[in-house]
Amino acid sequence: MYKTKFFDHVILIVGCLLMLAPIIVAFTTSTHSAPEIHQKGLMLSLGDNFGETYHKVLFAQTGFNGTVTGLSMMLNSLILGLGFACGKIVLSMLAAYAIVYFRFRFATLAFWMIFTTLLLPLEVRIMPSYQVMSELHLLNTYTGLILPLLASATGTFFFRQFFKSVPEELLEAARIDGAGPVKFFIDILLPLSRSMIAAVFIIMFVYGWNQYLWPILMTTDESFFTLMRGIKQILQVWVGAQIPDYNEAFAMAVLAMLPPVLIVVVFQSWFIKGLTETDK
Amino acid sequence: MKRVQFDSRFLPYLLLLPQLSIVAIFFYWPAAQAIRSSFYIEDPFGFGASFAGLSNYTDILTSPEYQRVALFTFGFALVVTFLVLAIGLTLAVKADAVIRGQSAYKTILIVVYAIAPPVAGLIGSMFFDQHIGPFVKFVALFGWDMKVGLNYYDTAFALTVIAVWNQIPYNFIFFLSGLQGIPTSVREAAVLDCRSGPRRFFTVILPLLTPTAFFLLVINMTYSLFDTFALIDVIVKDKPADNPITLVYKVYADGFRGNDIGSSSAQSVILMVVVLVLTLIQFRFIERRVHYG
Repeated sequence: MYKTKFFDHVILIVGCLLMLAPIIVAFTTSTHSAPEIHQKGLMLSLGDNFGETYHKVLFAQTGFNGTVTGLSMMLNSLILGLGFACGKIVLSMLAAYAIVYFRFRFATLAFWMIFTTLLLPLEVRIMPSYQVMSELHLLNTYTGLILPLLASATGTFFFRQFFKSVPEELLEAARIDGAGPVKFFIDILLPLSRSMIAAVFIIMFVYGWNQYLWPILMTTDESFFTLMRGIKQILQVWVGAQIPDYNEAFAMAVLAMLPPVLIVVVFQSWFIKGLTETDK
Repeated sequence: MKRVQFDSRFLPYLLLLPQLSIVAIFFYWPAAQAIRSSFYIEDPFGFGASFAGLSNYTDILTSPEYQRVALFTFGFALVVTFLVLAIGLTLAVKADAVIRGQSAYKTILIVVYAIAPPVAGLIGSMFFDQHIGPFVKFVALFGWDMKVGLNYYDTAFALTVIAVWNQIPYNFIFFLSGLQGIPTSVREAAVLDCRSGPRRFFTVILPLLTPTAFFLLVINMTYSLFDTFALIDVIVKDKPADNPITLVYKVYADGFRGNDIGSSSAQSVILMVVVLVLTLIQFRFIERRVHYG
């Protein structure tokens, strides 16, 4: 029925190579020393500088007051990713529950107020958002880092779609058995949503970890720097350097992409399900 | 909405309160601020602001620099969207057709999804580096003296390549799940009716994929308009002068570097309108022609 199997594999293998090669080269090059890279260019072989480079990137103190290390930046990225994912799940589950399962005045208004946020990404309103944050004295705080990112309806949208697909009979049965809204939510809806929560968690963690613009604006205090902020830092030092620290930059890139890549690969079935199930 | 619902006086409001208050403080307040300050000219040193009417808008829309940036932004968005859709679809069709190794291909092809645009930009900037970049050395063989960061078109080329690389997995995931959602019975019926593989693809499979493709079209446009900010910031670094930048980058550069808050806010408002128009087009015109199976 279908004969060109061979070419299918060829195209797929070429595709995989092109997608994966930059990541592999980034890692292998990071194991060489900076002068070596400067001389020979990017490398596919493993160098012998792995321990030294990564130790330096993770533990050496840099910055003006010497409090930033790769590890502290990683910790901040982790706080941002986890805080964002958890906050998003709690907020959006509650809101979606109210929107789908309750009859109340202003329901339509609340719905539109929340879903309009899908239209305007943070990048568009970055300047006024910054001003609002500085008026609220939230610059250089974890609260200021996480809360504004939560002001979008993606999570609510995911859970709304999911709740709508939950059979009505469950609610009818629960009401006949005398369960109130709180009991229904905790005993029935929450266990049902377990895989959905996992999927949203993965997507949101990756999203939070990968944030760039907002952390850059919000954190001038180095102890709040995330890994993405560190990447900007490394590039700024770059200008004017004789031999730029290519190895450290690559090591930083590897550290910054490792956690999200691992999560996506390990939990790929959940993650794909979570992503694609909402496009309806 | 559900047919059966709870009736409760306060609970729904209580449930909505956290989300609504966050949206109000961090979305509606800044959005209102942006609209307000777009009508003012603010003193760069913070000594008050004076009402300027529409002059911020007219200044922007008549500025040749803004027009150049706008032109680049939409050209860039179109090229990236088209390439990403085409490559994503090709890979998904092939991955759907093979049996052996399918899950391995799938895993490898989605890895890049997890890579943040700034990290992609950092890795990309090394590949396009003057001294060590293999890409630069490669095109030099054909006499192309590539200077990313210095030459406008070379930088635009590098940005496009990296942006496409970073966005392919997303399209791949959606196309593959769309393809796998097509019932076997439909495919078998198509095989009976039509022997030509390509023709079957264009008359049966592709129409069934249009909802997915359409969804991805909007997502990719938003991606190239907004999410590429980090990529541009990393590649262009702090020299936006002769380099290609997008409208979002200009909002940032004028607001934070140039300290021109009025102009930056007006640009924000213009972008908001652009996004609204895109969404309206989505609902009004294109969605009618899309086949929903």
